[in-house]
Amino acid sequence: MSDGQKPISFSVNGKPVSTEDAGDTPLLWFIRDNVGLTGTKFGCGIGMCGACTVHVGGRALRSCITPISAVDGGEVTTIEGLSSNASHPVQKAWSEVQVPQCGYCQSGQIMQAVTLLSDFPEPTDEIIDSVMAGNLCRCMTYPRIRAAIKRAVTIAQEMQAHG
Amino acid sequence: MKHVSDRPHAGLSRRSFLLASAAAGGGFLIGVSFDPASAKEAAQQAFIPNAFIRIETDGTIILTMPYVEMGQGTYTSVPMLIAEELEVGLDAVQLEHAPANDGLYAHPIMGAQETDGSLSMRAAWEPMRQAGAAARMMLVAAAAIRWGVDAAECHADRGFVVHGKSARRIGYGDLAADAATMPVPKQVVLKDPSSYKLIGTPQKRLDAPQKVAATAQYGIDVSLPGMKIAAVIASPVLGGQVSSVDDSATRKIAGVRDVIRIHDAVAVIADHWAAAKKGLDALVVTWDGGPNAQFSTTQHMANLENGAERDGVVAVQKGDVAGVFSRAERRLEADYRLPILAHAPMEPLNCTAHIHDGRCDVWLGTQAATRAQKAAAAAAGLPLDRVEIHNQYLGGSFGRRAEADNVTQAVLIARQVDYPVKVIWSREEDTQHDFYRPAYFNRLKASLDTEGHITSWFHRVVGPSPLARWLPVAVQNGLDPDAVTSATGPYELSDIHVDYVRHEDHSFQSGFWRGVGTTHNVFIVEGFVDELAALSGKDPLEFRRAHVKNNPRALAVLDKAAEESGWGTPLPEGTGRGISLLQDFGGTILVHIAEATVDKAGAVRVSKVTSVVDCGKIINPDTVKAQIQGGAIFGLSATLYGEITFTDGRVDQGNFDTYAAVRMDEAPRVTVHLIDSGDKPFGVGESGTSGIGPAVANAVYAATGKRVRQLPITPELLKS
Repeated sequence: MSDGQKPISFSVNGKPVSTEDAGDTPLLWFIRDNVGLTGTKFGCGIGMCGACTVHVGGRALRSCITPISAVDGGEVTTIEGLSSNASHPVQKAWSEVQVPQCGYCQSGQIMQAVTLLSDFPEPTDEIIDSVMAGNLCRCMTYPRIRAAIKRAVTIAQEMQAHG
Repeated sequence: MKHVSDRPHAGLSRRSFLLASAAAGGGFLIGVSFDPASAKEAAQQAFIPNAFIRIETDGTIILTMPYVEMGQGTYTSVPMLIAEELEVGLDAVQLEHAPANDGLYAHPIMGAQETDGSLSMRAAWEPMRQAGAAARMMLVAAAAIRWGVDAAECHADRGFVVHGKSARRIGYGDLAADAATMPVPKQVVLKDPSSYKLIGTPQKRLDAPQKVAATAQYGIDVSLPGMKIAAVIASPVLGGQVSSVDDSATRKIAGVRDVIRIHDAVAVIADHWAAAKKGLDALVVTWDGGPNAQFSTTQHMANLENGAERDGVVAVQKGDVAGVFSRAERRLEADYRLPILAHAPMEPLNCTAHIHDGRCDVWLGTQAATRAQKAAAAAAGLPLDRVEIHNQYLGGSFGRRAEADNVTQAVLIARQVDYPVKVIWSREEDTQHDFYRPAYFNRLKASLDTEGHITSWFHRVVGPSPLARWLPVAVQNGLDPDAVTSATGPYELSDIHVDYVRHEDHSFQSGFWRGVGTTHNVFIVEGFVDELAALSGKDPLEFRRAHVKNNPRALAVLDKAAEESGWGTPLPEGTGRGISLLQDFGGTILVHIAEATVDKAGAVRVSKVTSVVDCGKIINPDTVKAQIQGGAIFGLSATLYGEITFTDGRVDQGNFDTYAAVRMDEAPRVTVHLIDSGDKPFGVGESGTSGIGPAVANAVYAATGKRVRQLPITPELLKS
């Protein structure tokens, strides 16, 4: 309970939300259980697997260790808000390269890869390895994630060229 | 010689029967039954949903999938078989998860509705093509009657039956009702492989769009009206009981609804999992540790080693091993050890249960739906037909979701409340309450002749038997066939003794882990064979070649691997190349060649893996490659990091900080080369995992001269 404090308010995928839940409630569970968006996944609860990765103000963040009080007034984007019809260049690349196996970690991988590419539009293998090392995949789809990130660079360039 | 044993009882294949009937709304059902009794029964009863395929009047084709999707690609490969024979595009087939029903959906080899053992494609290959082809023939027959022409003049093409002479065509949907009245063909004509359009070609996964958009629903994503969410803590020691619970602080936490105690666990139920977990952390629980409160892996490993002093149950006995060994001039003895492993799927275990109106509904992703159904019925105190399992996508499994302990627990909790409850385990709970891949101690002895050929082979396996719990009928006279699978490798040997000493401490639960017995024995056999190659002074690849001389498929895989990996070419100082060869999973042959670098601190880095696999008939080459790539790196995680230890009955590891797995920056480049052979598929999903450990261990030897006889390969191990 917020003990009479003012509610915490922020937006999720552009829609305003407001809650009197405890400020220390992890953003992950607020998104999953209160907002009802389940594309963001629980894997570890300690920020070590990246399955819960969302964007806050355009930055990739581990929502399982981010209290909702920390995003008060902020803009949260989940995989559901990344694109309509999985049309983001990174999602297109993921489909082309056929990355997912069990698929559970992939929304976190995709959200992380999106900010990787906004920071490094043409990343080297070393950059991909170091930025993506925080996102665990137990099916071990890493070789295809690497390939898909590189493919996304080209898709993004093509989409830009065609306006 | 053929390897010691195949899968637990791959010989138990049952006859299959095709059945067809009308479906509600004018559609057409066709399917396969494996049990003669139930086939007869089903035929008498107007064909109940045994159908794998349902063609609706609008042309929709729906496949009820008896196998589950946990990443291995069955939701694409199985539809490929049907679409191929039915002459439709792969995108024309929609899937439904099958409900729990052994009578209708039992695996023909395992005898129950299971997805495991890399067995799905082996089981699906004949019946799914038969069902697709029979449906095609009946659709063609129905069209021929409607047109008054000879069926031989008609053919199926992309969802239509076509009469070439008159250029007429009718869609499957329009023919469905008529097709249902056609006799089931006595002689089903399967397509000639040369005319395959799908089988053997890379096809995109049918589940990929949902997984890229994150709309695929896993067990943990289930949401029901009125549902509450639980966090749970079970006894940290197996067999322990709850002694006392102080929930006074818990009940003050906003959102907490109930605190439920069962014999070995306490659950906090709340509006959302965050409140439930916060409530759980505020609980004060004391435990009665029970008989396992002193258990330690140090003692367990010592017990296994002592077990090697006993004679085991004989699996293979050929020639005079003791005599040949004692007379040999060149001989080698070695003890190998493997640790306990956890599965650690990305989706922590969970289960949603609702008991209402004398029924029990259960939602989860499970490899064994009927096992889950039985567990729920027992926990709910209800007959099986009052329990419904709603299967979901599995967020990883690797054998873990074949067990039903989470179902028992969730149903026992649900019995005490009047709303649906979703029980979600924390990562720590998942790691600490697994059905672990057991530890093993293996003793090997072998001798060589002057030509460097193996003249005797002794292999004693000591370890627990998950199979004896899982499928007692498969363990005859104390011999667990899974424990000794691949115990001689694919090697052509003359004098052989393989035996199995079962040792259980009953202090932790053991279960099946990707690759099952193969992963265990291939590490040991391929390490030891590498040691023998060194003793003989021969190249490790040439040494293996010399012992599979009469196995052309194995020779082809070895030769391809040598060529693709640059075997024999120089590597930088501190880097070595290691090889492993396996033949198992019904006939799959796989070679991994790994390149590993060991730094001064003893840290191992695997930069490159070349894999060549002959898995018989290839269905979807892209899936095979993905499984070998992912499987190899999954096995690499165990090779470098995997070890569960117990102290005072409790698991020492918890989250991914203490039970680590390979990350992107440690993932090697894995290049997979496929050889398509034969006319039927063998198992793939587990094969890539099984051989990577020894390939890396042998690469470490090549790089450092240090033999690795146990896992994981830590800097401490390499320094010792």
